[in-house]
Amino acid sequence: MSNGTVNLLIGLVMGLNLIALGSSRLPSLIRTISAQGVTLGVMPLVLAKGNIEWGLVLVALGTVAGKGLIIPALLRKATRAAAVEQENEPYIGFVSSLLLGAGGTIAAVALAGALPLLPEHAGVLLVPGAIASVLTGFILLIGRTKAISQVCGFLILENGIYLFGMLLIRSTPLMVESGILLDVTVGVFVIGIIVDRIQRAFDSLDTRNLTTLRE
Amino acid sequence: MRSLLLIILPLIGAAIAAMWPSNRTRPWLLPATALAHTALTMWLFFRPPAVAGNAWVGFDALARAVLPTVSLLFLGCAAYAVPYLRIREERQNRVFVTMLLAILGLLSAGHQARQLGVLWIATEGVTLATVPLLHFNGTPRAFEATWKYLLVGGTGIALSLLGSFCLGYASLYGGGRGDLTFVALAAQGVNLSRPWVLAAWVLLLVGYGTKMGLAPMHTWKPDTYGEAPGIVGALLAGGVTTVAFTALLRVRSVLGAAGEGAMADRTMVAIGLFSMLVAATFLLGSRNFKRMLAYSSVEQMGILILGAALGGAGVAAALFHVWSNALTKGSLFLSAGNLRRAAGSALVEEARGMCVLAPRSTGLFVTGMFAITALPPFAPFFSVLRVVRAALTEGHHAAVAMLLGCMLFAFFGMTRVVLRVAEGRPKAAARENARRFVESAGVIWPPLTMLGVSLWLGLFTPAVLLNAWTAAAAQLFPGR
Repeated sequence: MSNGTVNLLIGLVMGLNLIALGSSRLPSLIRTISAQGVTLGVMPLVLAKGNIEWGLVLVALGTVAGKGLIIPALLRKATRAAAVEQENEPYIGFVSSLLLGAGGTIAAVALAGALPLLPEHAGVLLVPGAIASVLTGFILLIGRTKAISQVCGFLILENGIYLFGMLLIRSTPLMVESGILLDVTVGVFVIGIIVDRIQRAFDSLDTRNLTTLRE
Repeated sequence: MRSLLLIILPLIGAAIAAMWPSNRTRPWLLPATALAHTALTMWLFFRPPAVAGNAWVGFDALARAVLPTVSLLFLGCAAYAVPYLRIREERQNRVFVTMLLAILGLLSAGHQARQLGVLWIATEGVTLATVPLLHFNGTPRAFEATWKYLLVGGTGIALSLLGSFCLGYASLYGGGRGDLTFVALAAQGVNLSRPWVLAAWVLLLVGYGTKMGLAPMHTWKPDTYGEAPGIVGALLAGGVTTVAFTALLRVRSVLGAAGEGAMADRTMVAIGLFSMLVAATFLLGSRNFKRMLAYSSVEQMGILILGAALGGAGVAAALFHVWSNALTKGSLFLSAGNLRRAAGSALVEEARGMCVLAPRSTGLFVTGMFAITALPPFAPFFSVLRVVRAALTEGHHAAVAMLLGCMLFAFFGMTRVVLRVAEGRPKAAARENARRFVESAGVIWPPLTMLGVSLWLGLFTPAVLLNAWTAAAAQLFPGR
């Protein structure tokens, strides 16, 4: 398959970033995350351009299952348990987030131009896609007040890093790759548990209540 | 093989702890495993094995220079954990003991990691294993601290992965074949792609710097150290931060080989001094003696990273400071835990007159405070002196002035808090609370021993240790 398909998928990921920045309802945010996870899962197979190995299939399946299904399911469970549907008063408004995200995407493309790429990666948008996703993740992490939105931000940030990892999937040993996937999944899983516990302690899942500890 | 045993042994201990049926006897697994680990570390220290150049994990010169102190710190904490968990018998300690042992295994892996991916996995593992320890107390405040730890620490660790990828791509672009051992990366030298190396350094410094708790990425530290049990604080401040520091040292060696050493040193000097400045500022206003220890830890990390930027002598001095910091801080955290339990609060207003209510712990806490603020004859004084000497040799006069100024203000801030805790008339609530707290030998000996070792290290720094630190510096930065 050509670079066109890959770039289409990356474009999709970047579009989903913007949708995530603009959505105020948590269920639609989680749906966006899930769609992004599935898109990322397909990526290694498309990048392989025909010579698909078992390792790649495993990475793809693991990603679709982890980022696309399991984590969104956990997040939905947390939303139901806490009865939170909406991000009411974000620190950074939805329109401003979108503008920031759009600006970040443009900056990502510009920044990626400064970094040299090997010939086989030259026509692919992996680097700008990765930087844009990391920036989107940061905007959500900083700009949202609900714990679940922040977890989603963290996930988008991790997705950006995963996207970058695609550049190295051929060269680095598989052990590192699988270990990384496992860690990402477990990490978010633990965060999910924490969200669950926090909700019991604070009832509202609002991180603005987490201000007892200060100088 | 023996070096792998250092990792496997605690993990086996953790597995046994997870299956051990009795809540009462389970904590004894901690000192048992820790003793075996320390014995093995000492054996390796005096009979270091040959490490293959391309090995992913190995007891190399850098591991030899720091792992023994982590092992000793863990031994002290493990000895303290037995009486501590007996006091807290009402709580299930299965997860607590299991995770502590897992952390020892992962710390051993992190210190011995000679490959970018292994290093990251070990650090990420430690981060995750710490989470259940932080909310051991189960209070809403502990939840808050855990949430912040995960969010900030998780972001930091994610960025360090991105940085590792960048370094990997720098190697790939420079003709590398995907061998991400630090030796292979350094061997590529100037062939590493310059823009990618710079991007990697920024991300890795921010990422592992977050784990170290360098300002401005230190925000998780006061909350976490303030709410975590004393043992966990000691291990975080002396063990986990050390892994992040050795990680940065290993990355810095690659930067040096790539010809970007001077740039890396400048950023490290800047971030180190900024950490010290932030720590000194907050120490002056601190009202909580456990949070005070966190800011003091930010200060120590600043000294470490500053030392690491000062060439071979500076790196050796910083490795000395790793020892001084781990042992002195360990003692401080454990005695602070005693005081916190005796007073029922870590706030200065609530915990006055502790030299009446808990005289031995107060004595330890005050002495430890003088030690960590680099008063002679404790180890921190001598290690900081070496850092200062290295800085003067390298011509960093302004940095030395700033370092000493920050240390002076930190000293003012800490003495103010500590002496207010020690002196004065105890409040009625604290008096009531202290009646239930017994200063048993079990909670005094571990911090006392650590402080004793710190004193011994200062007075009679053994030549074998000095050689180990110099050898590690030479391994990382040949020819400096």
